[in-house]
Amino acid sequence: MRIVPASTIKEAVAGLFIDAVCSLPKDVLNAIEKAKKEETGAALMALEQILENSRLANVSRRPCCQDTGLAIVFIDLGEQVHIDGSLTKAVDEGAAFAYERAYLRKSALSPLTRENTLTNTPAILHLRLVEGDKINISVMPKGFGSENMSALKMLKPSDGVEGVLGFIVETVKANAANACPPVIIGVGIGGTMEAAALLAKRQLLRETGKKSASALLSELEEEALKRVNSLGIGPMGYGGKTTALACHIAELPTHIAGLPVALNMQCHCSRHKSAEI
Amino acid sequence: MQAKEVKLPLSNKEAVLLHAGEIVSLFGTAYLARDAAHKRIAKSLELKEELPFELADACIFYAGPCPAAPGELIGPCGPTSSSRMDKYTLPLLDCGLSAMIGKGRRSHAVVEAMRGRAVYFAVTGGAALIISKHIVEVKEVAYPELGTEAVLKIKLNGLKAVVAVDAHCNDIFSCAEVKNERNC
Repeated sequence: MRIVPASTIKEAVAGLFIDAVCSLPKDVLNAIEKAKKEETGAALMALEQILENSRLANVSRRPCCQDTGLAIVFIDLGEQVHIDGSLTKAVDEGAAFAYERAYLRKSALSPLTRENTLTNTPAILHLRLVEGDKINISVMPKGFGSENMSALKMLKPSDGVEGVLGFIVETVKANAANACPPVIIGVGIGGTMEAAALLAKRQLLRETGKKSASALLSELEEEALKRVNSLGIGPMGYGGKTTALACHIAELPTHIAGLPVALNMQCHCSRHKSAEI
Repeated sequence: MQAKEVKLPLSNKEAVLLHAGEIVSLFGTAYLARDAAHKRIAKSLELKEELPFELADACIFYAGPCPAAPGELIGPCGPTSSSRMDKYTLPLLDCGLSAMIGKGRRSHAVVEAMRGRAVYFAVTGGAALIISKHIVEVKEVAYPELGTEAVLKIKLNGLKAVVAVDAHCNDIFSCAEVKNERNC
């Protein structure tokens, strides 16, 4: 049994959040650079501003976007690890520390009274037990301009692959202009209602544009991306060829009666950071 | 890129002279207000109470900044999705609101109600740090208890924006494929 103090988790979570909000992943920046060559006018201006903004954020260690999100934390905890202290508390304390220390916006509040929790916690923690003695932590400060534009549908088995593609295209068509495009599309197919949604969210942690290992899903990703990019919504909805930078799809076995599909929308400011302890 | 200089506040007559698709540089006074502030303003209008600022010729920027770090005038301050404010916008237009700054689509009702009197500017979402550098004065005006959603009076100094909806109901978000399918 490997013993890890809870304070180590707290420090890691805090550091990851501060890093994540101030710097976009390289693969996202590369995809935006590539998109720039396709666009003109206001759409091009928006992409140039996004890249310049990211450079400025990196240098000044300030957030790219004022919406520093809800604090989402994914932890894969090795079964051979014993946490000395409370894991959940460490995650919340780490997130709260980051938002306070780095002058980030605290957006978390009670959904009905709209009373702010003042700490941007509780974090949304997705915990998995895995083999081994390591801890993998990924943080995702997720803005709600894009989160609000996500959708889930319980399709019928008869809807099939075309039904899934139709759902993706319709959701993007109706919603992407408000989600700070070019977006990254995370799709989870199968499982149950909540499993499809979580699977969709996990796809936003993937390297932007890296294809699925499954031939079927990789083909589906390519087709979905082709169709959404022919919608003409473009960067910030100003019209153009790049509505989405990538579409990442994953699947889970589901029930003979069902075909759940969830789409989690991510803005171009796709912030996430991982570390292994 | 050539950007036309626009001075805020705009009168309704000046708003009419702008055209959808134009790239502009915004100078002058605007008020930061988003969801919670709009809800309060709407209630004050309903109850005929005094408003936190004069709406005639005003420009509202839908944004809630990060807290200012030491040495900053204001924290990163990008636009939020304007569509959430659509529900509150019609009475504000009736009070003379002539300009709005935000991101994303507006409802048909708002686009129609802007006819002949108001303009909607879109700025780049997720470019909050650059935008904050174009804010040169900040003053708290109302609802400090709302934190990031408080109303702030700001002065802009050359913020690049796109005229997204003009006072003639032209809307750059209505490209062929998505026309009339707004989700607002």
